[in-house]
Amino acid sequence: MFEGASFTPLTWTDMLYLAPELALAAVFLLLVAIDLLLPNKFGRTSIGWLTLAGLLASLGLVLWRMLDMNQGGAEAETIQLLANSYRIDDFASLLKIVFLAGASLIVLLALGTVRDDGEITDKGEFFYLLLPAAIGAMTMASSGNLVTLYIGLELLSLTSYVLVGMKRRSALSPEAAFKYLVLGGISSAFVLFGMSYIYGVTGSVDLAVIYQALPAALADYKALVYVGFLFMVAGFGIKIAAAPFHAWAPDVYQGAPTPVAAFLAVVAKGAAMAALFRIMFGAVYFARTGEDADVAGDIFLTLLVMAAAAMLAGTTAALRQKNVKRLLALSGVANAGYLLVPIGVSITIVHSSSFSEFVYYLVAYFFMTIGAFAVFAVVSRAAGHEELKGFAGMYYRSPWTAAAMVVFVLSLAGLPVSGGFFGKLFILFGAANAKAYWLVGIIVVSSVISYYFYFGLVRQMFMRSGAADQPIPVPVTAGIVIWLCAVATLALGAFPGPLMGWIDSVFSIGRDLLFVPFS
Amino acid sequence: MSILQDIPILSLILLAPLAGLLVVLLLPKQRSGWMKTAAIVATIVPFLLSLWLYADFDKQQGGAAYDEQLSWAEIPLNKELQNGVSEFVFKFQYALGVDGLSMPLVLLTALVTAMAALAAVHVKKRWKSFFVWFLLLETGMLGVFLARDVFLFFVFFEITLVAMYFLIGIWGYFHRERAANQFLLYNGIGSAIMLLAFVLLVNTAGFRIDQAGEQASFVYSGSYADILRNLADPNAWVNLSPDQLGGVNPFQMTDAMQWTLFIMLLVAFGIKLPVFPFHTWMLKVHTEAPPSVVMIHSGVLLKMGAYGLLRFGVLLFPEQVREWAAVLAALGVVNILYGALLAFRQQEFKLVLAYSSISHMGIVLLGLAAFNEIGLQGALFQLVSHGLISALLFLIVGSLFERTGTTELAKLGGLARSMPFMSGVLLTAGLASLGLPGLSGFVAEFLAFLGLFESMRWLTALGVVGIVLTAAYVLRAVLKITFGAQREKYGALRDARLVEAVPMIVLLAFILLLGCYPSVLTDTMQTSIGGLFEQLLATRAGG
Repeated sequence: MFEGASFTPLTWTDMLYLAPELALAAVFLLLVAIDLLLPNKFGRTSIGWLTLAGLLASLGLVLWRMLDMNQGGAEAETIQLLANSYRIDDFASLLKIVFLAGASLIVLLALGTVRDDGEITDKGEFFYLLLPAAIGAMTMASSGNLVTLYIGLELLSLTSYVLVGMKRRSALSPEAAFKYLVLGGISSAFVLFGMSYIYGVTGSVDLAVIYQALPAALADYKALVYVGFLFMVAGFGIKIAAAPFHAWAPDVYQGAPTPVAAFLAVVAKGAAMAALFRIMFGAVYFARTGEDADVAGDIFLTLLVMAAAAMLAGTTAALRQKNVKRLLALSGVANAGYLLVPIGVSITIVHSSSFSEFVYYLVAYFFMTIGAFAVFAVVSRAAGHEELKGFAGMYYRSPWTAAAMVVFVLSLAGLPVSGGFFGKLFILFGAANAKAYWLVGIIVVSSVISYYFYFGLVRQMFMRSGAADQPIPVPVTAGIVIWLCAVATLALGAFPGPLMGWIDSVFSIGRDLLFVPFS
Repeated sequence: MSILQDIPILSLILLAPLAGLLVVLLLPKQRSGWMKTAAIVATIVPFLLSLWLYADFDKQQGGAAYDEQLSWAEIPLNKELQNGVSEFVFKFQYALGVDGLSMPLVLLTALVTAMAALAAVHVKKRWKSFFVWFLLLETGMLGVFLARDVFLFFVFFEITLVAMYFLIGIWGYFHRERAANQFLLYNGIGSAIMLLAFVLLVNTAGFRIDQAGEQASFVYSGSYADILRNLADPNAWVNLSPDQLGGVNPFQMTDAMQWTLFIMLLVAFGIKLPVFPFHTWMLKVHTEAPPSVVMIHSGVLLKMGAYGLLRFGVLLFPEQVREWAAVLAALGVVNILYGALLAFRQQEFKLVLAYSSISHMGIVLLGLAAFNEIGLQGALFQLVSHGLISALLFLIVGSLFERTGTTELAKLGGLARSMPFMSGVLLTAGLASLGLPGLSGFVAEFLAFLGLFESMRWLTALGVVGIVLTAAYVLRAVLKITFGAQREKYGALRDARLVEAVPMIVLLAFILLLGCYPSVLTDTMQTSIGGLFEQLLATRAGG
């Protein structure tokens, strides 16, 4: 019987491994104090800049740790703290880099658009609450243990509920926060319920121990194993807004401040994906042969069905959408479907690159979605509403911003030359390699449906004329975000090799994803 | 050795319009004249280069001497599950090449685009973005004909899709947005199916193992040459049955898969061609897009469908084509007759020409279905010939609309008196379209029907009926416009200006040249077609 790693308490040197998280926590506490003590007559912009500095410092620490660890190539050892409950491996580090970079871009965007937003009353809080949310996302990526994972999830969720309700003077925002709170609560309950069953049948919360104990548990408690994992999948399904659990997303995104909507679309979604990745490959992947393989296969298949449903539901629901924020929310639903594909397709001898496909599309998705949200933020700020009409005649008003938006639209639609094209191509290729032909068909069909509404934005910008004709004011920081995202999206489309090569050179499935390496 | 083999001539042809695009982007917004000049120069440069290449071409063996190949991206794949594999990669190549099939089409593209750039004098607004999309469209089209990697091909194909969407949707006539949407959705479906087929193709036929001593490297390659070679090699993984390998071969292409891929490619390119039930989008584009764009659309873009069908359908899946020859021929005959009959009923000149295009593309299908050298020559000849003729016709349509404000047959008449030159050109183009000997249309139709006659006499006979109908609808429309009572308001119309006359004369000259000296074209095509079918079937039969 597998015993799991022996428990050793944290030492001071272990704290060094946690430096990125601790740095964020320290900045958070500092900013709380500053916000409390700083008289009201001073603006809160400096808090925003300090938040950004904290995120970037943490990003630097993660990068440094990762480069330090990978001097020996992809086969380098990983670090496990507190008996595998907190893992510093390349899986976690890569995702943390993505989350922190995404959060930094979002703060930069918010620095431009939140300052003069009268509906947001507590501007300081708005910025520094993103820090614990980021810590939560990082914890989820690093966890090797169901309890750590749950704590990360709650830290992220609870701060998100508050962030969604930040527009105190708007009627929609509190409503959205309440909806998100209720649905998020249900989601957490599902996850916890599922975890309790798995703990019940295996006697452990350590994913590595669960992996070892599941074959024995299956003999007696097959149904309970199904219940446990399916509830977890459903719970995370709500968090990532995959169909059929996506109905909350349009309402919540619409009510939330735009940078927060972007945060939910990219960081929160990405973190829940990371958790699913951990659970599926840490625990569910236990059986690759024999009768037990059916159980694991069923749970993986559930993910794929959810992915297919999300793609079709997201794209068809977006067809008639006139509100851009709701449209982007539904686009996020469809993209959740694409992102689930690499998690769900089986790893075979000819196809084991799921993780690099996943990260590549995630990075492309981050850039195009944050970019689209940034353009939307400046457009809706100028128009005073969030409808599609706000984009009308944008070519005449701000041709360069319109051009950047075309890049994001092409990428979202999966057309070349953009990151979204290669991201989708890699996912398609992986699914075809794993012989999931039905899923390949659905990916392609949903992409074509999505042309209609993505190009609806292009129609407004280039083929209609709007009410106003003066240029759209673009705050400097928002402009930086838009152009960083546009350039990155194009670069990912023109040169897909370097990023994929880098992921491949540091990542090893055996060491970084599976807790029990191939035998 | 000619100098063209030492310089990356194909890249130069491909990048010349892009360079022009940058120049246009940098010019100040109000200088429309400069932009037009820059755009015209940027389209004439690739035309002259491809003319040079064409002249140089015949001396080389099949054009292989000009091939260019650079690694675009090598995506390393996870190889922890394979033992003793030194490399496991997914390769994308920037591979360009010309052969007897694509060389004439490259020249056609460059010619038609240069003429369309001259015809773009009618564009009234937003010159800068017009020429940006226009030049991007040219790059895309040239890229489609030059690309020798399936994913590079797809990228260029999609570039033409996006550029056309903007060109139709912004500079078209009244229903331009609907036309643009319909264009996008139909062609989006087509290219999605194509991408799917390519992914499956690379997954099986693109796989190979390079063994170098102890080290093996697993490679998925999108290179057309690799795919063609693997399909023809009986010992390639794609052709090995699982039994030969001890039970498992994930790369095998089963018969069912071959058929699926073939049908997918047929649908994907059939939408572009367009084959009968998938044609509605192109009617909208023909009527709503601006004339210079329709010249390109009708002259080049439809040919991309036929070219794709030829390059990926016929050359990769010859057995399937042979077995389905009757189906292809039947589709062709349906296209010919349906297009001709409906063209006869139209009151709008642009729709007459649109249905005429459907009818003429049917002849291409007949040529492919013949599955012999003569038929294939006919199909290719028809692509070039129809490209020139329809570009010329739509050039005239643009100039007519500019003057009269309408293209409805009922409202036109007697224009020969006020515009003798343009009417004369229109009449000649019409005669070329109906296949008058001495002009290019005749040669193409003759070859295609001759090729098909060997195997399917009755279908050929039925197809020939279409020729009679063509004569009827072309003459009906052209005579209605040029002769008859002259309407008073058209009495003072000016004949063609120099900038309009030049492209008309150039296109007409090429039509005459091909009609009188078809060997200018057939000799080049023959370098790739000669013995092609025997070779294709022999290698596949062996595998």
